[in-house]
Amino acid sequence: MPENRTRPAYRIIGKAAPRPDAWAKVFGDTAYAHDYTVPGMLCAKVLRSRHPAARVLSIDTGDAEKLPGVDAVLTAKDVPNNETATRFGQTHQVGGFEGLYRVLAEKKIRFKGEAVALVAATSEAVAEEALGLIHVEYEPLEGVFDPVEAKQAGAYQVGEDESNVICSYKVRKGDVEEGFKLADVVVEQTYRVPMVDHAYLEPESGVAWLDQDGVITIRSATQVIEHFRGIADVLGVSHNRVRIIAPMLGGGFGGKEDITVETYLALLVWKTRKPVSLTYTREESIRSHGKRHPYVMRYKTGATKAGKLVALEAELTSDAGGYVYLSPWVLLYSTVGATGPYDIPHVKVDSETVLTNNTFSSANRGFGAPQVCFACESQLDELAKQLGLSPLEIRRKNYLRTGDALATGRVLEHSVETEQTADRALEALGEPSGPSSPTERIGRGIASSMTSYGRMTFLHDTSRALVSIEMDGSVSVRCGLQDVGGGQASSLAQIAAEVLGVPMEDVTVYVGDSALTPLAGTTTATRLLYMSGNATKKAATAVRHSLVKKAADLLDVDPEELAMGDRQIYSAGDPDRAVALERVVKACAADGIPLYDVAQFNAPARELIDFQTGQGQVFPDFTFGTQAMEVSVDIETGAVKVLKIVSCYDVGQAINTLSAEGQLHGGALYGLGYGMMEEVVLDKGNTLTPSFAEYLIPSAVDVPDVKTIMIESGGGVGPFGAKGLGEPSCVPAAAAFANAVSDAIGARVCDLPVTPERILKALGRF
Amino acid sequence: MTTYPIDIKVNGEWKRAEVTARETLLDALRNRLRAFEVKDGCSQGDCGACTVILAGRAVNACLTLAVQANGKEITTLKGVGTSENPDPLQKSFVEHGAIQCGFCTPGVVVSAKALLEANPNPNREEIREGISGNLCRCTGYTQIVEAIEDAAAHGRRGVGEREDA
Repeated sequence: MPENRTRPAYRIIGKAAPRPDAWAKVFGDTAYAHDYTVPGMLCAKVLRSRHPAARVLSIDTGDAEKLPGVDAVLTAKDVPNNETATRFGQTHQVGGFEGLYRVLAEKKIRFKGEAVALVAATSEAVAEEALGLIHVEYEPLEGVFDPVEAKQAGAYQVGEDESNVICSYKVRKGDVEEGFKLADVVVEQTYRVPMVDHAYLEPESGVAWLDQDGVITIRSATQVIEHFRGIADVLGVSHNRVRIIAPMLGGGFGGKEDITVETYLALLVWKTRKPVSLTYTREESIRSHGKRHPYVMRYKTGATKAGKLVALEAELTSDAGGYVYLSPWVLLYSTVGATGPYDIPHVKVDSETVLTNNTFSSANRGFGAPQVCFACESQLDELAKQLGLSPLEIRRKNYLRTGDALATGRVLEHSVETEQTADRALEALGEPSGPSSPTERIGRGIASSMTSYGRMTFLHDTSRALVSIEMDGSVSVRCGLQDVGGGQASSLAQIAAEVLGVPMEDVTVYVGDSALTPLAGTTTATRLLYMSGNATKKAATAVRHSLVKKAADLLDVDPEELAMGDRQIYSAGDPDRAVALERVVKACAADGIPLYDVAQFNAPARELIDFQTGQGQVFPDFTFGTQAMEVSVDIETGAVKVLKIVSCYDVGQAINTLSAEGQLHGGALYGLGYGMMEEVVLDKGNTLTPSFAEYLIPSAVDVPDVKTIMIESGGGVGPFGAKGLGEPSCVPAAAAFANAVSDAIGARVCDLPVTPERILKALGRF
Repeated sequence: MTTYPIDIKVNGEWKRAEVTARETLLDALRNRLRAFEVKDGCSQGDCGACTVILAGRAVNACLTLAVQANGKEITTLKGVGTSENPDPLQKSFVEHGAIQCGFCTPGVVVSAKALLEANPNPNREEIREGISGNLCRCTGYTQIVEAIEDAAAHGRRGVGEREDA
């Protein structure tokens, strides 16, 4: 259970509440995207480029079109507006940040697996056969596959007319040269982190059809129903002619943030006027959909003898792959987060994101944070080692505290409990599992992180929710959110139930329909609870006010004295003086008092920061936490066994402790996989790990139990003081793992994943 | 394409399906028998989302030919228990927060069922081994292991009895 604060007396908030959606799932009743069929639906397949870099000379679809059972074959020339950008829901247009990509390849192929043509046919087998009958003539080009090489003058140009360098940022604080003069110890290192896959169990999938009014209706696994606008723009129809419905997702992790199957489905439905389904194979998902960015990071950090950090210089290069997508935004997160949760007087960060002919990269849980966390936390441990300090000691001397400013000048006005999370995480590791032996070395590591929740403030983010109470006192919440499986809808049920004094089972939450539920933005950026939780609380509170006012009349007491609970409104001082909620609702209805409220929550809105200095506010708030691990390393083979994992976060206020703990558990392993084993291996743009037999994620036997500790400071900007956990919970684990291995073997691996081969190399044994 | 009739007993009920020679049990269950609770996560035997119990053994339906199941009994998640008559495993998974996105759940619960039938009293290591063929990306496994451990304890006490009762 969470600890640390005198808890306000909530009835439902902060409890372990089994989620309504979990019952449907455990009985096999949840219809995911792939479990939905429409009578007469066609099956779609995508023809993908076999080359990572090539010119498309010609495409002949004649033979494919003649195959019996084929309804449509589409190429770039059939797409009304083929060049498009990832945009969603922001109310503020921001130049220079457009996530440009093409729906179907034309001119140059920019990565292997790029979509070239679409087929819709009466069966999967026919669609598959038709793909083989599309004749594409390519002129293979040399391509460029290393981001550092790609940014050199004269490098192969990935696109037609733009530079390979998509964008660059700077952060400048103090004078970094002067800062290094104050340092007694300086460490400098280059770190490399790989491309990784989201590895959600549910591949990209959807079904689309034309409804009776001719609206293109798409039911798909997406984190963003507001892509309906972008899809309408591609087709050249008005925004209200495309509707997206998001069923329960089988995991998202950022991989269903960009459009996946939706535009393809819309084009095929538009062309055939028939329902169409499309589900990616696992290989297609790994090869051709967005990944987490590989980075090359040069870090140089200086500290005094006492362990105080005085200067940090970082150069970050991220590999965007073949198209821009969300690379500029991911890079901005890395740039702002490059200095970690530490107070450093002199800072210089330079960052660039670069096009290559690799699979494109875009959003992935942590959005640029895990990469820089690994580099920064490795530097802290190296400094500690040289100074003879413990990893905890050096961190304690440098943690940012409430009221301190980041290198970007932004002052942390809300609670910052990083030091407490580190103390608690390390303490929870307990006694070492055993002494090291000549071949089995035991080591421990920690890593801390500061990760934003909520979207960038210059996007002027908003969310809406509609809360209504029915004539029998039951409650409905309507919110255009996407439930990626973290308990998003369930958390809104809990919030409405708390505010309106009903049990959670009295609340039904309707989500994820761009035409029927109030638009609530994306389920990304760890923003859902913060944004839609606040909107739901606001709407429920407005309904509560109407009800309490009416109850005060009925009971003849001051509304201030009234409380809600157990489906009643009662006098807090005299609980016997009570009226049933149902009676109050009926009385309101009879008097024409609205029994619903639709509320909008606006995040703080700022203008763009200064990209030459990095100064300004980019995020609404941050979540702070520490992960600690104990490992044993076999120095003969390099094999590592993780013995203990602790994840400690200031969660602000847990809404559902089961769900919050779930995020800490799952996040820790998502991050550990990054540290220990995960890598999309590419050879000149060709993915060598296109299945879960090659692309390994942690299985139940690879990892120990995770111990979770939740601190509740109440200091978040979410509902009831909650902070966001979805992304923050995965960020430090890879760094903590690398630090634990380094502690065990007395040498450092500077590239992720920290594999047995790399460990033996670091030991000079390979 | 030539099809062959097969008879399979799915969750206690005999069903007939016309399948092709190379059709997987996964495709037959989903596409012919509408058993959508059996999930397709990779079609390659790597993820375990399609795990079913075939003749007493947990198998990947995507690595089994439909014709191999002819005349045999299959248990999917819906055969483990229903909302009217839930298995202790199902209640335990919900109560322990062992379900997030839920896409792996049908396979994990079926593997756990097969495990407990073979070994009603597994330790945590045996539980982890028993679900090692089922990938889960959301939960980190700890809550799943706890749910199975608790369901096993519940099973030993007998249906309907709770520790706190």
